[in-house]
Amino acid sequence: MTSAQGLGGAEQIELPERADAPGAVAPPRGRFGALAWALWLARRLGLAVLTLWLVSILVFVATAALGDPVRAILGRDYAANQARVDQLNGLLNADQPLVQRYLNWLGGLLTGDLGTSLTGLRPVSELIGSSVVNTLGLVLVSAVVMIPVSFGVAMLSANYRRRRPDTVIQTILLGLAGLPEFVVGILLVALLSTSVFHLLPAVTISSPTGHPWDQPRAMVLPVLTLVLAVSPYVARIVRATLLEVLDSDYVELARLKGIPEGVVMRKHALLNAIVPGIQVIALQLAYLAGGIVVVESVFNYPGIGKQLVDAVNAHDVPLVQALSMIIAAVYVVVNLVADLLSILFTPRARTAISS
Amino acid sequence: MTTLDTTPPPEAAGGGITVADLRIGLTARPDVDVVDDIDLVLRPGEVVGLVGESGSGKTTVGTSLLGYTRAGAMIERGKVLFEDSDVLALPWQQVRRLRGEEIAYVPQDPASALNPSIRIGRQIVELMELRGLGTAESRLQGARDGLAEVGLPNDDEFLRRYAHQLSGGQVQRVALAMAFLPKPKVLVLDEPTTGLDVTTQGMVLQTMGELCRSHGVAALYVTHDLAVVANIADRVAVMYAGQVAEIGDRDTIFAHPSHPYTRALLDSIPHLRQARALSGIPGRTPAPGSRPGGCRFHDRCAFAVEACAEQEPELRERGPGHEVRCLRAGEIGDWDISLGTVPDADPQRAREVILDIADLGVSYGRTQVVFDVGFDVARAEVVALVGESGSGKTTISRCVGGLHKEWTGTIGFEGRPLGHGSRKRSAADRKRIQYIFQNPYLSLNPRLTVEQIVKRPMELFGIASGTEATDRVAELLEQVALGPAVMRYQTNRLSGGERQRVAIARALAAEPDLLVCDEITSALDVSVQGSIVALLDELRRTRGISMLFVTHNLALVRSIAARVQILSAGRVVESGPVADVMDNPREDYTQRLLANSPRID
Repeated sequence: MTSAQGLGGAEQIELPERADAPGAVAPPRGRFGALAWALWLARRLGLAVLTLWLVSILVFVATAALGDPVRAILGRDYAANQARVDQLNGLLNADQPLVQRYLNWLGGLLTGDLGTSLTGLRPVSELIGSSVVNTLGLVLVSAVVMIPVSFGVAMLSANYRRRRPDTVIQTILLGLAGLPEFVVGILLVALLSTSVFHLLPAVTISSPTGHPWDQPRAMVLPVLTLVLAVSPYVARIVRATLLEVLDSDYVELARLKGIPEGVVMRKHALLNAIVPGIQVIALQLAYLAGGIVVVESVFNYPGIGKQLVDAVNAHDVPLVQALSMIIAAVYVVVNLVADLLSILFTPRARTAISS
Repeated sequence: MTTLDTTPPPEAAGGGITVADLRIGLTARPDVDVVDDIDLVLRPGEVVGLVGESGSGKTTVGTSLLGYTRAGAMIERGKVLFEDSDVLALPWQQVRRLRGEEIAYVPQDPASALNPSIRIGRQIVELMELRGLGTAESRLQGARDGLAEVGLPNDDEFLRRYAHQLSGGQVQRVALAMAFLPKPKVLVLDEPTTGLDVTTQGMVLQTMGELCRSHGVAALYVTHDLAVVANIADRVAVMYAGQVAEIGDRDTIFAHPSHPYTRALLDSIPHLRQARALSGIPGRTPAPGSRPGGCRFHDRCAFAVEACAEQEPELRERGPGHEVRCLRAGEIGDWDISLGTVPDADPQRAREVILDIADLGVSYGRTQVVFDVGFDVARAEVVALVGESGSGKTTISRCVGGLHKEWTGTIGFEGRPLGHGSRKRSAADRKRIQYIFQNPYLSLNPRLTVEQIVKRPMELFGIASGTEATDRVAELLEQVALGPAVMRYQTNRLSGGERQRVAIARALAAEPDLLVCDEITSALDVSVQGSIVALLDELRRTRGISMLFVTHNLALVRSIAARVQILSAGRVVESGPVADVMDNPREDYTQRLLANSPRID
């Protein structure tokens, strides 16, 4: 029974004696542990790159290879305007074989050349540079607000479990989770900047060179909308995990040991309830990075969601490809970070890697 | 192990703790008590055993000493007197101060009671750090001394470990060291050795006893197993259905048990010296709210008369310090420890070998854990595999059951070699060897009904289907003494013992010739263990089923098995007929196992 992990099956969980090996694994130190971590990270990074490569194939096939993009872009003009057809064909290298085009595109991606936009005839990187930064900024600010808010709400709720404050909080959270983001956004606009109060600007007016946060007041409503849209999920998951943890033996022991309730909640319970929270936060952040089109539209926020919609409408293939790849990359990176954090917060998983 | 030569000082010196007229009820139903009429005195330096089956309220009494009840229960009446004050009447800030510092608690199942995210060094000193007791260095030194006292390493590397990096016995001793660090005056231990093997259990019990006596700590030791407290307690209180049924000095309780319930508990304990026909206690401990009127035990009592159902007995004095809650305490004669003794299994009996294991070597990955094991099992014979945790006994049984496939050597079944892993075996072989898992709380699918669980093997092996299968399920449930009424239940409505019976019925449904029983009673109360063992023995005799019985409980082996294989570090160190091995153990290892086994005989 030196390897309890190898046993699997149902019968081993309640058996302290079998919970690990007789000698019990000593944490390895120094170079060996660091090497194990490096290997783990290398493996995960490799998988991330593999994922992105598969995504790149899908994106390319979906945008460039299905049907004739030039015909799609020009629509009725296709027959009439031969000069434009030739120009677009040149830009898309439509005369080259598909594999060749894909490899060229991929090579460009890797070297930072995202191609030329079909509509503006400017380099894609130039077009999307500021909107990517704007969106990431919006997501980051929202995350900074959302994470403590949702953990706080979850702790409050768990502390009053199944009593009135908990019920009220849960009802509100469920209501918020049920409302689409744009409804929340419109309600907030109505409440805070048009019908009721006139406290905050309803739309973001930014100069082409500056960023929205040059006017912090204009950031408030988009951030608030996103926080309200995402926190309910996070708070509900964290609350559910906290309740489970609060019922555990080690929380009971902490109380019987005479540890004050605040410390029990913060140190003994939260530390063990954080991992599902990390995972759901990662999913939500990735979702925000790619899917906040509606919110960006409501507030006229110059981010990638809005740009993506415009690009799709205009059949601007290189732009769509570049934005899709960026969104995919955000998903992969955020999930990688979340997995890393989850392992760091789970001693059992952490020590399993380094041994 | 211990003696009574250090007679505990009488209730003087203001030490110890006293529970007086305690009643704890359900928050939702104020008329229902969880425990009632509890009076207990713990003197300094004294260990009191609090014994009872699951559901008797013993843990509730234990935590009430710290002014704590689990959600759903509340203390309704009574006092817990500690140093001139009533713990239950103190404001909560003061109760919290008492906890840990003055009255400490050692949890059941420490593997789940230590926080998995905090290094043990920090957990040990956490309380003192929060209270600002001592300096950082003195606390660290205290933690090191405490770990040394319980026989654990105390270097930095050990202090930096997490709970999952320790073995079960180590975790338990960490919990003990943690409880002792603030030098409490009262200690509540809640089944702290359940699930540990006998050697580790012996070590933990000895450590605890020494610490209590040397530090003058008053300890309450909560357990379901009278045999455990026989070695360490000075006094014993037996609880049933929320009340103390009998309380007295250890020697009195074990020599002259006067309550039928105490006797029933004692009767369910297997002996090391002689095989016994074990018996359980019929029925199950009634939950709060469904306890019968009159004497709470009368519906399960072998000595009950009509008056028992009508009159609620008081706790009455039988001798000095010996009190019994039974109307007939004086009338039921003396208890005889050798009641139910049966001859050991006959070693000369003709054996028709059904399972033959030779040169078995098992590895997990690159680590070999079992070496050159060989033994056989005959038809209608029980062979026990005994050893400490990590000795490879479960590993061997998993290979036989087809659950582990990385092994070398041969496992022959009726002369044919068995395949590695169940996928390589024929349906007939899989049907004829059935595995029963240790923990019935985890081994039964909670979404299925009992009927579905038991029917599954019949359908799988084409034994029966449709109404015929249903009839057979009813029959099997009858055989395992559950009755067809449980067929529609999901397992969460059953107690541990009942679940294990369902698991046995499931195994029997396949009509096996060999049952592999992996520590199947270790998660159960002793009284339930008795009835499960009786059931298995009957199945062996009436159906001729052979069993490979994995356990760390040598006393149980004496009563159930004909032959025994003693395993240490993956090798068989001693084997033979049970009576031979246990009466004349040749190996040190076997002798040590025997010496550490809790016993009442």
